[in-house]
Amino acid sequence: MTCDAERFRHQPPLAGEGASAAVDTPSAAAVSVRGLVKSYGAVRALAGVDLDVAHGTVLGLLGPNGAGKTTIVRILTTLLTPDAGRAQVLGLDVARDAAQLRQRIGLAGQYAAVDENLTGLENLTMVGRLYGKPRAAARRRGRELLERFELLDAANRPAKTYSGGMRRRLDLAAALVAEPPVLFLDEPTTGLDPRSRLQLWETIELLVAEGTTVLLTTQYLDEADRLATEIAVIDQGRVLASGTPDQLKDRVGGERLEVRLEAIGQAETAARALMAMSDDPPTMEGDMVVVGVRRRDGAIVDAVRRLDEAAVGVDDITLRRPTLDDVFLALTGHAAEANVGARSGEGPG
Amino acid sequence: MRRLVTDTMVIAERNLVRLPRAPELLLAFTVQPIMFLLLFRYVFGGAIRTPGYSYVDYLVPGITVQNIAFGGFVTAIGLNEDLHKGLIDRFRSLPMARPAVLAGRTSADILTNALSATILVVTGLIIGFSFHTGLPEAIAGFGLLMLFGYAFSWVFAYLGMLVSTPEAANSVGFIAVFPLTFISSAFVPVQSMPEPLRAFAEVNPFTITVDAMRSLWLGAPARNNVWEAFVWALVIIAVFAPLAVARYRHAAGG
Repeated sequence: MTCDAERFRHQPPLAGEGASAAVDTPSAAAVSVRGLVKSYGAVRALAGVDLDVAHGTVLGLLGPNGAGKTTIVRILTTLLTPDAGRAQVLGLDVARDAAQLRQRIGLAGQYAAVDENLTGLENLTMVGRLYGKPRAAARRRGRELLERFELLDAANRPAKTYSGGMRRRLDLAAALVAEPPVLFLDEPTTGLDPRSRLQLWETIELLVAEGTTVLLTTQYLDEADRLATEIAVIDQGRVLASGTPDQLKDRVGGERLEVRLEAIGQAETAARALMAMSDDPPTMEGDMVVVGVRRRDGAIVDAVRRLDEAAVGVDDITLRRPTLDDVFLALTGHAAEANVGARSGEGPG
Repeated sequence: MRRLVTDTMVIAERNLVRLPRAPELLLAFTVQPIMFLLLFRYVFGGAIRTPGYSYVDYLVPGITVQNIAFGGFVTAIGLNEDLHKGLIDRFRSLPMARPAVLAGRTSADILTNALSATILVVTGLIIGFSFHTGLPEAIAGFGLLMLFGYAFSWVFAYLGMLVSTPEAANSVGFIAVFPLTFISSAFVPVQSMPEPLRAFAEVNPFTITVDAMRSLWLGAPARNNVWEAFVWALVIIAVFAPLAVARYRHAAGG
């Protein structure tokens, strides 16, 4: 994707942009959230959330549906008011300074929020004018963005004729009309085909390289792994853990040993045989048994010997680094994506 | 305040620009009223007694009021779609005047209503309708018509945000408003109705507005003051505009 057409300008409110400095002093962070609480009737969506996003970095909010990710984004973009707690973006309070804040943020939502009956250019022009730009300036900015997002050929076609990927790009372009220094992306690639997804990732990476601060929510571990400087794992309205992707992987300990069995019925036996190699109980899923091993050296040989002694037939055995899936399973006791359906193995009785 | 005006115009323009691209909506504004006018004039007209006036003269003021009341259904469907497709979220995240979303929507209705009413009256003139009063009265009649239509835009704005799908928005509006328009003097003299219905029809704001229209366009003696119809329209706005605004805040999650 070409980007010469556009250079984004950013004015962080405070000096000292160093990422580490920003983390240490919350006031210097682009986004700072303390003790955020929000309930919908009896349902507690957020139960005290703390977050910081340093200038020019990407924070990935990772969690399953209903974890509270969207609620956080809606509060930070002034769409919702929190019941308790404090949230600041660029030093502006989301409740007190909402009007000022809206000038400086961009939001691309879960649904591509474009008017299907307007053309790409009309959509962007409308958004520009609602930012207070005169019509001609709004049109010019719209054209720039369409060019940048490779939508210029479709500029005068109604958005309903766009593909899913084109709509998302248009939606992202709409979020960038006012060159916001902070961008909120709520599940930016949900429902996209792999190619469009990759394209959108590249676009987001480009924006970050130009200095934009991004807070994005996702259900996809690979997405958070690729885009995020830091990840906050959210479940049931709480931050369960946060850190760089590597830090999170380190938290679940060492290497994973994956054993594929010849017969599903032997999973329990296999788990029992491997238990002594790990501090945590092995997990079972169909004909797979996964165990976090304390030592990498000799682990495969050790496992094969133990399984052989227990008379368990093995199809395949591999040793790998933990993925964010493992992190999520370890932190929440359930898989990140609802359709994975993994189950924690119970200790043998 | 200046932002409110320009933002309202931006939103109104958006709603007008998209209209011709949704042909089913455009048909509802143009072909449908003509169809109703012709059906009533030629199918029912011969069987309905309207002392003092030909049926086409009696019908046109009535059917224009009914038609204008339904003009707001685009607002019901449109707001519902905007809410569920995330467009309202986008608007609310922008530094725009927040009331402009509803104000722009209902303002756009005024123009489509004017178009629809003009088509209806011109068709009426072709099939035999004539104004029996002077230009000022005819214009005052159009004014009342527009105000009444604007009032119902707020009714539809409210109904459209109460329900969960655009289809439901359409049918709820239809079910809520359609009987009201028929149990009135719009199509038949209320004297021909059974007593309980007639009692209702006589106090129905549709009857009051239709009678006021007949007074302004035909010189018919309105049972009540023409001003009563204007007051009714303002009362409907005073009730439903705040309801719609509150519902908008609630539905948008603020």
